[in-house]
Amino acid sequence: MTVESAAVERGHGLALLREMLRVRRFEEKCAELYSAQQIRGFLHLYVGEEAVAVGVMQALRPDDAIVATYREHGHALVRGIPMTAVMAEMFGKVSGTSRGRGGSMHIFDAATRFYGGNAIVGGGLPLAVGLALADKMQGIERVTACFFGEGAVAEGAFHESMNLAALWDLPVLFCCENNGYAMGTALDRSESETDISLKAAAYELPAWPVDGMDVLAVERAARHASEMVRGGAGPGFLELRTYRFRAHSMYDPELYRERAEVDEWRERDPITLFSEQLRAADALGDATLATMEGEVASEIEEAIAFADAAELEPLEDLTRFVTMTPDEVKEAAS
Amino acid sequence: MTAPAESGVVELTYREAIREAMREAMQRDPRVFLMGEDVGRYGGCFAVSLGLLEEFGPERIRDTPLSELGFTGAGIGAAMGGMRPIVEIMTVNFSLLAADQIVNNAATLPHMSGGQFNVPLVIRMTTGGGRQLAAQHSHSLEGWYAHVPGLRVLTPATIADARGMLAPALEDPNPVLIFEHALLYNVSGELRPEELPVDISSAAIRRPGSDVSLIAYGGMLRHALTAAEQLAAEGIDAEVVDLRVLRPLDEPRILESVTRTHRAVLIDEGWRSGGIAAEVSARIMEGAFYELDAPVARVASAEVPIPYAAHLEQAALPQVEEIVTTARALVRGDAAGSGAATDG
Ligand SMILES: Cc1ncc(C[n+]2csc(CCOP(=O)(O)OP(=O)(O)O)c2C)c(N)n1
Repeated sequence: MTVESAAVERGHGLALLREMLRVRRFEEKCAELYSAQQIRGFLHLYVGEEAVAVGVMQALRPDDAIVATYREHGHALVRGIPMTAVMAEMFGKVSGTSRGRGGSMHIFDAATRFYGGNAIVGGGLPLAVGLALADKMQGIERVTACFFGEGAVAEGAFHESMNLAALWDLPVLFCCENNGYAMGTALDRSESETDISLKAAAYELPAWPVDGMDVLAVERAARHASEMVRGGAGPGFLELRTYRFRAHSMYDPELYRERAEVDEWRERDPITLFSEQLRAADALGDATLATMEGEVASEIEEAIAFADAAELEPLEDLTRFVTMTPDEVKEAAS
Repeated sequence: MTAPAESGVVELTYREAIREAMREAMQRDPRVFLMGEDVGRYGGCFAVSLGLLEEFGPERIRDTPLSELGFTGAGIGAAMGGMRPIVEIMTVNFSLLAADQIVNNAATLPHMSGGQFNVPLVIRMTTGGGRQLAAQHSHSLEGWYAHVPGLRVLTPATIADARGMLAPALEDPNPVLIFEHALLYNVSGELRPEELPVDISSAAIRRPGSDVSLIAYGGMLRHALTAAEQLAAEGIDAEVVDLRVLRPLDEPRILESVTRTHRAVLIDEGWRSGGIAAEVSARIMEGAFYELDAPVARVASAEVPIPYAAHLEQAALPQVEEIVTTARALVRGDAAGSGAATDG
């Protein structure tokens, strides 16, 4: 079958849809669990932006690295971190991805080279540069994908990282998730130059603006960019234009944007758009969708049951890993 | 906020107290302006500045991009250039991105320029944990800033201080840092007219007592007061000292209290090693050693990045129970080893 201009094999199309649905339904559940006070702290939902993580991850290999932000449930799930462990982390349990120490904003997973949700805006960028530097110095052909919001481009860390990566020809794929707002601040109220790809271009990075509501467009751009990066052409930059449908975190009176603007973007819901494309290509019918929803729902139920039953970390272990012993390092690596 | 009764007493929250202080400062002095991330359109990430944009406009309630280093430094420059900026940094954790400007510029310029330039700047930020926000949002680093000559460091713990500290801070010709504990914003209380104005130089005795001095500041003051009540129930009369100002420390008032009670427990939400409590302890040793009936004790945060899970976070942060046990041990004379702790 063919979906729009891109030839997409039906199975792959359904897999993309399924991943977006997993993230969407998972987070909708998280919002409920937050209201029920089972998830605490901050909870930043990715609702509306799913096509970005799902599209980019298609281009990454298992040994590539990922650096993400506090809005990273989607990236974690799509990367293949078990939903059970992600949910347990949000419940603050020891079987969570970070032993319950990080919560929603700090999912880590060495097995999939997921170097964390970072809650300092811009904090992950220099780290990604360093991971790529290590690869380059050791002659390992891998890509480090670094996700960050457009708000981060105002930080010095962004500019320093762009320059270092370009100067040293490092294999970093910078993925700017431009959802238009940094908390309550619209891009044009915080940047003199609102074309973000031009900022990357100023550092001599090849940069591509991409429709972040179109999962196929994202996948295509990410494949193209990551191939270049992997091939040794230096860093690449994707500006993924998307929108956050919900509040910044769970508390946000949304005084800074009009209801109509949100509604307009909701018309471009990446899941709806892609489902329609699949339907139009006869690749998706009601029965298939219902089965998919059912499977996703049971995965979520399982994750909740797992997280519920999981243990809390014993208090004696509070100070464990503040610094690591050589033995602990060895164990972590095995 | 309730309208003032005839007595002039108003009931308001800590958040409203700070907002009122800013409003008054801006009405009084056209040089005063507020800048920081989401202070305007969003209403402030802790809603402290909610409504001020409408009242004073975007020039004076100035939203900034996510550029802590840039706008804090710009605040220093604007202060030197004749304005009276209030810079808001969302949390002390993010102030580390601006620490260079605070420590290398704001704190040094008057001395390094041989007294030619001063920096009349106020920087407000939140601090503290207890909300399950994990390690990058929960730290108490005010003690670090208190290490730096050239800065004044304030930690309002009461409604009156939240309301009153800003005005004298703006009058200070030097940079003043105000740390607002995020858990205090919703606390509400009465403000009596005679509580104002306040100074920004002295410690305060919040509860007089004779057996032991519980010395706290900021978010830990409430814990100290609760502990004092519990101790009173067992016949121990604890005095509660609110440091209020971490730099310069009000050493005479601290020593005077300890001289009266002969015992001191220091309560600090910062980490034990190298914290402000260590400094206060050293001052007590230097100035009142022979008055002590027991070793000075500290109740501080465990030496870990503050974790998310509630039980771990609560175990990491100082708790009332630990203050009570520590104070009791000092008073009952079984304090041996109370100062010992591992550094993690
Ligand atoms: C250095 C720093 N400053 C401020 C914050 C508070 N903060 C958290 S998220 C955020 C907005 C970031 O917006 P953006 O980078 O566009 O990402 P989005 O949240 O839209 O995904 C802000 C201001 C922070 N976490 N770190």
